Amino acid sequence: MTDSLPTGERRQLAPPLVERGALGWMRRNLFSSWVNGIITVVLVVFVGSILSSFLEWAVFTANITAETGSECHGQGACWALIIEKYRLIFFGTFPYEQQWRPLVASITLLAMLVLTSDRRMWNWRLLVIWTVGSFITFLMMFGQIHLPISLFLAIALLVGGIGMSLRKAIADTGEMNAYRFLAAIGLIGLALRIAGVLPAWSLDIEPLSYVETGLWGGIPVTLILASYGLVFAFPYGILLALGRRSDLPLIRALCVGFIELIRGVPLISLLIMASVMLPLFLPSGVTFDKFLRAQVAIILFAGAYIAEVIRGGLQSLPKGQYEAAEALGFNYVQKTALIILPQALRVVIPPLINTFLGFFKDTSLVLIIGIFDFLNTANQALVDPNWAGFPAEIYMFAALIYFIFCYSVSRYSKHLEVELNRGTRR
Amino acid sequence: MAVEALGSAPRVKVAPWNDPVIRGWVFQIVVVGLVAALAWYLIGNTLDNLNRQKIASGFDYLGREAGFEIGDTMISYSPASTYARAIWVGILNTLRVAVLGIILSTILGTLVGVGRLSPNWLLSKICEWYVEAFRNVPLLLWLFLFYKLISEAFPGPRQAISAFWNSVFLSNRGLYFPVPVTDPIHKWMAVGLLAGIAGAIALHRWAKKRQDATGQPFPSISAGIAVVLGLPALVWLAGGAPTAMSWPALKGFNFEGGAVIQPEFTALLVGLVLYTSAFVAEIVRSGILALHKGQSEAAAALGLSRGLAMRLVLLPQALRVIVPPMTSQYLNITKNSSLAIAIGYPDLVASINVTINQTGQAIENILLIMAAYLSVSLSISAFMNWYNRRIALTER
Amino acid sequence: MRKVMMVATAGIAAVVLGTAGTAYAGKELDAIKARGQLLCGVGTGTAGFHLANTQGKWVGLNVDVCRAVSAAIFGDADKVKYVPLTSQQRFTALQSGEVDMLSNNTTWTLTRDTALGFDFTGVTYYDGQGFMVPKKLGVKNAKELNGATVCVAPGTTTELNLADYFRANKMTFKPVVIEKVDEIRSAFFSGRCDVYTTDASSLAATRAANVPAPLTIEDFVILPEIISKEPLGPVVRHGDSQFADIVRWALFAMVEAEEYGITSKNVDEMLKSDNPTIKRILGTTPGMGKALGVADNWVYQIIKQVGNYGESFDRNVGPGSPLKIERGQNALWTKGGLQYAPPIR
Repeated sequence: MTDSLPTGERRQLAPPLVERGALGWMRRNLFSSWVNGIITVVLVVFVGSILSSFLEWAVFTANITAETGSECHGQGACWALIIEKYRLIFFGTFPYEQQWRPLVASITLLAMLVLTSDRRMWNWRLLVIWTVGSFITFLMMFGQIHLPISLFLAIALLVGGIGMSLRKAIADTGEMNAYRFLAAIGLIGLALRIAGVLPAWSLDIEPLSYVETGLWGGIPVTLILASYGLVFAFPYGILLALGRRSDLPLIRALCVGFIELIRGVPLISLLIMASVMLPLFLPSGVTFDKFLRAQVAIILFAGAYIAEVIRGGLQSLPKGQYEAAEALGFNYVQKTALIILPQALRVVIPPLINTFLGFFKDTSLVLIIGIFDFLNTANQALVDPNWAGFPAEIYMFAALIYFIFCYSVSRYSKHLEVELNRGTRR
Repeated sequence: MAVEALGSAPRVKVAPWNDPVIRGWVFQIVVVGLVAALAWYLIGNTLDNLNRQKIASGFDYLGREAGFEIGDTMISYSPASTYARAIWVGILNTLRVAVLGIILSTILGTLVGVGRLSPNWLLSKICEWYVEAFRNVPLLLWLFLFYKLISEAFPGPRQAISAFWNSVFLSNRGLYFPVPVTDPIHKWMAVGLLAGIAGAIALHRWAKKRQDATGQPFPSISAGIAVVLGLPALVWLAGGAPTAMSWPALKGFNFEGGAVIQPEFTALLVGLVLYTSAFVAEIVRSGILALHKGQSEAAAALGLSRGLAMRLVLLPQALRVIVPPMTSQYLNITKNSSLAIAIGYPDLVASINVTINQTGQAIENILLIMAAYLSVSLSISAFMNWYNRRIALTER
Repeated sequence: MRKVMMVATAGIAAVVLGTAGTAYAGKELDAIKARGQLLCGVGTGTAGFHLANTQGKWVGLNVDVCRAVSAAIFGDADKVKYVPLTSQQRFTALQSGEVDMLSNNTTWTLTRDTALGFDFTGVTYYDGQGFMVPKKLGVKNAKELNGATVCVAPGTTTELNLADYFRANKMTFKPVVIEKVDEIRSAFFSGRCDVYTTDASSLAATRAANVPAPLTIEDFVILPEIISKEPLGPVVRHGDSQFADIVRWALFAMVEAEEYGITSKNVDEMLKSDNPTIKRILGTTPGMGKALGVADNWVYQIIKQVGNYGESFDRNVGPGSPLKIERGQNALWTKGGLQYAPPIR
């Protein structure tokens, strides 16, 4: 839709003024045709009027000094409300004088996420980051951590089992024996623990006062639900995706059924199920923490979506990769863990991040079952009758926080997409 | 034993525990067994709990009187109706908001997506920021914001803003507008509308066939619109052209008469449409960007006008990229409509939630929710898959 | 096979992590004593009845019942963990053992007492459903509410009572039903509804504590009609009668103490009283506590730390509180009310 055709050039003349600099830019980008010109003018008037009245409200007549809500009425935005309530919004009902703890926990979680986004960390360091980070986070939130012996045994069994199956071809006898030893200790220990022979010993770390999950709220809750939702849903999504691509008909049917069932229903129904029905599923007297219930529902939900993303990655791999792995004499576990997944996962990292953003926003639904995530604590700040009547301020503030987080993550995902494609671009 | 084919290598004897087929089956049986055991354990606990606490079970309650009122219904409903009808009201409300949401967010999303590709820098920047703003903030937050804004910014019914010579009223109770008084002819007009749609489709097919055979174009779109609108109009005239209208009027606390769009519905629809259209815009944009530039040039070289080129060359190809991700957005709208519960729109989840509280039968009701959403999701998927196959057929 | 093992391991790990918060309830009272803490289910926040104040401390009439039970069992009113429950969660929470008792404005009805497997141990507050309207509407009684838009919270008998009342009076209404109490209140105060209906006590609490700033208490009136009977009281599971007895008598002790004029201020002097009834109540004459399975000075501990029923009522919902609810039906039987405790003897 250009109105000027390139004409044969005879002499090297500087382009006319209207083609150069700011004017030229405007001509090309805003007034390239009379239709565009009209659009530009209309938009400038429209956006200008909205922006100016917004600024009038949000900046020029805003009140940041009011002591109570009644001083705020009849003026612009009441940012004094945010100043008054920011601790409630960020940390919810966590004991007031202890609120440095959720602050430390949130910073730790954010640091974990930032470190995780650095590609140089994508190896054993990731495990260290998450172990140390999780320890700090939960120590801060709970104040006390009890590590039961069964946890150590389970970790030993897990490490031993994974080592035994994945490093079989590479490791020397000494290393293999170490794995076997670990797995055996874990297995025997767990069996003894379940049989009741081993006492319920646990490592107690109790430097701070205990704060139950019912009092948690705000930013750390949202971050924990989304991050650990992804961390736990990830391996489980991989299993589901592999199951869906498996040659074994029963496994495939199970996985397809599960994935489609979860993806076909809204998250709310899963959350309601977790909050109302879970107690009925368990033997009488066994109860589950409310927070944990929501976390389990989010993991189940996230797993199904992650499985579909990973399936895309698996499908994008050329068949030759499978055949090459088989030609090397790898068994299924080795083939999958050493050849297929590393390649498939690399392809799906950007869509996985977008899925993560989805959960991050979806965690806000937990407010429906009474968990104080960030949106819920923001809502809570509206309840105070002394400060009633300023929903726009609170929601804009909350939206800004969500936006900053989600926007930076989605920019990072775009950047990563380019970065990861660099090697494979043909 | 199986007869071995001539020339095939003799079967290597392997121990049964090394035979991949046997191992596969053992593995499957173990996994299915574990899942079944888990299910058995959970169901056993549930039955035990139900028995011990004497919680009633079964779907008998569906036929009992619901006893609660619903604020926004498309079919006649009163507290004397059954639970089944209350749930049906909820399903219809969910469908209403989902269908409208799908249509409106497709339109708005397409506009924004095309706007992002506009040569006009300002327009494309505004569209870009629209997309970023709406998709990077949780939908629930938008819903709360819109609901609060509607219920706090609009005046009460007695100070309602009126327009069009006091026939349309806007207040925090919703938007009231006049509608024709129910008349038996309306049913027949609906029949006429359906017949008109069927006729228009038949006309379009015939026109296409004729154009393929003879090359003569037929204005099937304008003719189709005429048929679709004309038939009900004829029926209306034949029925004596009843013009009685029900006008909204302030009576007591609220407006009476006319029809109303309630604030809860508006907030939900606006929130869903704005949020989803941001995603739709991205899909449309990438669909158009995926097209090779040569396509539009080739269409221009054939002498097709810009509109025709869009309709006959570009759109059909872009649609193939657009439809699969669009399907999942449509499913998302349907599922996200369940957030209605947070702002009080009586959708399926809200109806079921009240039913759970009144009957105490959580399990049956949650099963109902899941079954309802699954069937809606599956029908949308099926329709979109059908549509996808249909547009894929144009590939040669 | 290894994969099976890995899956199983992950499963075990999940169970191990999960059971960190698991409690096996045996015999209720023993379990409570062993735990050293009473798990008391309260509501999510109604001024005067159960509300976490700015320091995160739970206060209110219902909270005082939990404290009284704790004082009776442990001799310390603060050994309570409060579990805030929504109206949907409360019954499964009690059924599944997440809490030992509910003290959260639950209406005593036949089905709940039987079919849900619960025991109601008494009535903390005699209530009834009422209506609140903005004064400027000029409504004087509920019969004028025809055609009104009514804000109502779901999940209780409230919704059914409301529909029944309007049907019985041949009136219509439009409900606005929102899950969260805060949201429903703000919808009412912003003018989305003409009427707000819930238990009268809760209406008073809302009017006293939740009216948004430019408006005042004076802008809202509670209509005189009470359209239902709502006896609200503590609830326990079927199964441990001894614990049920303690909950029942902890409340009765508060009422009995008020009747005999024992207050938290004078309870120490009352220990020296010659009145045989007071001596029995306060445990100077031993025996009562033993019969109940708690320390003999259980009533002393309750009254000293929590106060008698009248004190608790005044402090939380009565004249000493912003709610300023009249004693009305909740006055002692000797003063024309319904609060009546069987004798402690």
